Amino acid sequence: MTALPVLILGARSDMGLAIAHAFAAAGHPIQLAARGSAGLETARTDLALRHGVEVTLHDFDVLDRDGFDGFLGGLPNLPEVAVSVVGYMGEQAENEQDLAQAALVMRTNYEGPAGILALLANRFEARGSGTLVGVSSVAGDRGRATNYVYGSAKAGFIAFLSGLRNRLAKKGVHVVTVLPGFVNTAMTEGLDLPEKLTAEPSEVGAAVLKAVQKGRNVIYVRRIWWLVMAIIRNIPEAVFKKLKL
Amino acid sequence: MKLTGWGRFPVVETQLRAPRDVAALQAMVTGDEPVIARGNGRSYGDSAVGTHTTLDMRHFDHMLSFDAETGVLVAEAGVLLGDVIDAFLPRGWFPMVTPGTKFVTLGGAIAADVHGKNHHVDGSFGTCVDWIDLMGPDGQIRRISRDDDADLFRHTLGGMGLTGVIVRTAIRLRPVETAWINQTTLPAPDLGTAMDLFEQHAHVPYSVAWIDCMSRGAHLGRSLVMLGDHAKRADLDAKKARTPLDAGHKGALSVPFDFPGFALNRWSVRAFNELYYRVGAWKPTKALVDWDTYFYPLDAVLKWNRIYGRRGFAQFQCVLPLDTARAGLTELLEAIAEAGAGSFLAVLKRFGPQDSAFSFPMEGYTLALDFPMKPHTLPLLDLLDAIAVTHGGRFYLAKDSRMRPDTLREADSRADEFEALREARGLKDHFASAQSERLSL
Ligand SMILES: Cc1cc2nc3c(=O)[nH]c(=O)nc-3n(C[C@H](O)[C@H](O)[C@H](O)COP(=O)(O)OP(=O)(O)OC[C@H]3O[C@@H](n4cnc5c(N)ncnc54)[C@H](O)[C@@H]3O)c2cc1C
Repeated sequence: MTALPVLILGARSDMGLAIAHAFAAAGHPIQLAARGSAGLETARTDLALRHGVEVTLHDFDVLDRDGFDGFLGGLPNLPEVAVSVVGYMGEQAENEQDLAQAALVMRTNYEGPAGILALLANRFEARGSGTLVGVSSVAGDRGRATNYVYGSAKAGFIAFLSGLRNRLAKKGVHVVTVLPGFVNTAMTEGLDLPEKLTAEPSEVGAAVLKAVQKGRNVIYVRRIWWLVMAIIRNIPEAVFKKLKL
Repeated sequence: MKLTGWGRFPVVETQLRAPRDVAALQAMVTGDEPVIARGNGRSYGDSAVGTHTTLDMRHFDHMLSFDAETGVLVAEAGVLLGDVIDAFLPRGWFPMVTPGTKFVTLGGAIAADVHGKNHHVDGSFGTCVDWIDLMGPDGQIRRISRDDDADLFRHTLGGMGLTGVIVRTAIRLRPVETAWINQTTLPAPDLGTAMDLFEQHAHVPYSVAWIDCMSRGAHLGRSLVMLGDHAKRADLDAKKARTPLDAGHKGALSVPFDFPGFALNRWSVRAFNELYYRVGAWKPTKALVDWDTYFYPLDAVLKWNRIYGRRGFAQFQCVLPLDTARAGLTELLEAIAEAGAGSFLAVLKRFGPQDSAFSFPMEGYTLALDFPMKPHTLPLLDLLDAIAVTHGGRFYLAKDSRMRPDTLREADSRADEFEALREARGLKDHFASAQSERLSL
């Protein structure tokens, strides 16, 4: 019997591709889903060549809710694992002024990913097996002046994943929440990030693979972030509101 | 930002850019400022650092096709040799030529035309390169080979990134039956014996000698000569033969901080060398060694360049032609022992014949060693340069961080021809590294 594939939603991102490489290296076939997926041909060839697994490309737009059913119906088979890495940070300053921009950030980080995972969850539940992975962010742990629009959407996604896990725990379906801190990707290029707190995409890939294999619930990619966020979450609001974070 | 090569000296202020696709790369290459491509930064000095803009090529890391009949792999320039091994050793293929670290990119291996322990049999990396897709100063990509623009192709092998940006390449891999190497270690009490051993074992594919460069007098050049060849399936015991192409994976240690300067002095190095030689001389002379341990012993310690502390280190590597090698090496080793400045890593290797436009290797013997950066280091290196030049030797640019321009020209008449080609093709204004500016190439 051939193994069922791993579906990567948001496969154009550095993190998405790194996760695909981690699963492919472990022998899993891969479904790469992204907008304009034809542009992923080089990545597809590379994955297939390196790891000797089958890799397929699928068009997917997280903002096109009406297209979700068609997208899932178009997959050659229902995946074993589905990972959503979809995300869009935007500019906080712009999000504060332009509600359309803010809505785009909210929909891309929460409504869209939650929606597609909801449909997958129902299918996995009916089958009685599978793992759903949602890549959210430590930014969802507490709203901060510098990125609360993005952070709030990520927080919504975290709560959604938690509830989904709770609902499906006895149905053979597992849900993993991934909270990366800083990751060295196209999105953060040019930013001056602290080295000890910044993970490489390949670390995220390895962490997600391990979390799926071990059935973990919530993971921080670099363990130090658990501590950092525990501190940030526990700062009393009266103090927190005066901080520049 | 401040950037260095693997030796962490010199430190150069540069703008580091990391293009993600050909269009972005094109825009950077055709800009006003000269650029230099950078692979994985494993060259020791300033060859992969630009005084203006440095192009980090690691996003060009896709494998594009593989022919399981011929072993030809087409891949982007930023793919690491280690990735090639990970992907294809399980299918029975290994790089034709590999340097002492697997953390080099294909682009870096071509640009430095790297050599391995098998140079005397197989030549340098260039021998396995079928073609190169090179981006020129106009941003256009041209496929060059031994048939198409052979002149540019020949100068791109060993051209240190100064002929353009390598975007893609086709290389030939070698078929292997196992992931193991048959290794034989032969102790040599002095330089003459070591060289005799190389000559006697000229047919063995892999050979290299580790030299104790602290010992003097009758022991000058005391070394361990290490021979190797790819083990056949029949060489393996039953357990290993079950998965002959999988030698198991090992984790790597990392040196977490800079060693203080006092940790490396002539006493600690001497003690280390003494111990290493004794252990080597006693060990059974034959062993079956996995590919990673055999080819890449240093890779097991990530970031080992930090051992030399913040000031970094310089490597000296020259090649001396056969007829002067014995006298030249003796003089070099005497000067090094005299200064008491030897290193952990002194390596001697026999090169086979090579006719190339600007690459380093030629038939003879090559000596390579590290020197921690200390006040007396630069004068000592100048002295070693002079000895090498007197004996008709030349220098490896991938290791150089401090040579003088006149030394390069004294040692290598091909430098003028290389510079002329750069002028004629309009490459000089577009591609420049801190090294090319220092050496006025
Ligand atoms: C532990 C260790 C052992 C080594 N052992 C050996 C050995 O046995 N034999 C040997 O020959 N060398 C050896 N080296 C040197 C190493 O093989 C070379 O320096 C190699 O070039 C490094 O590759 P890189 O990808 O890191 O390139 P970099 O160091 O980043 O760049 C090296 C040169 O290649 C050019 N370059 C890189 N990418 C491109 C590109 N895409 N297009 C155009 N030019 C490009 C750069 O401009 C630069 O001139 C060793 C180095 C180390 C650290």
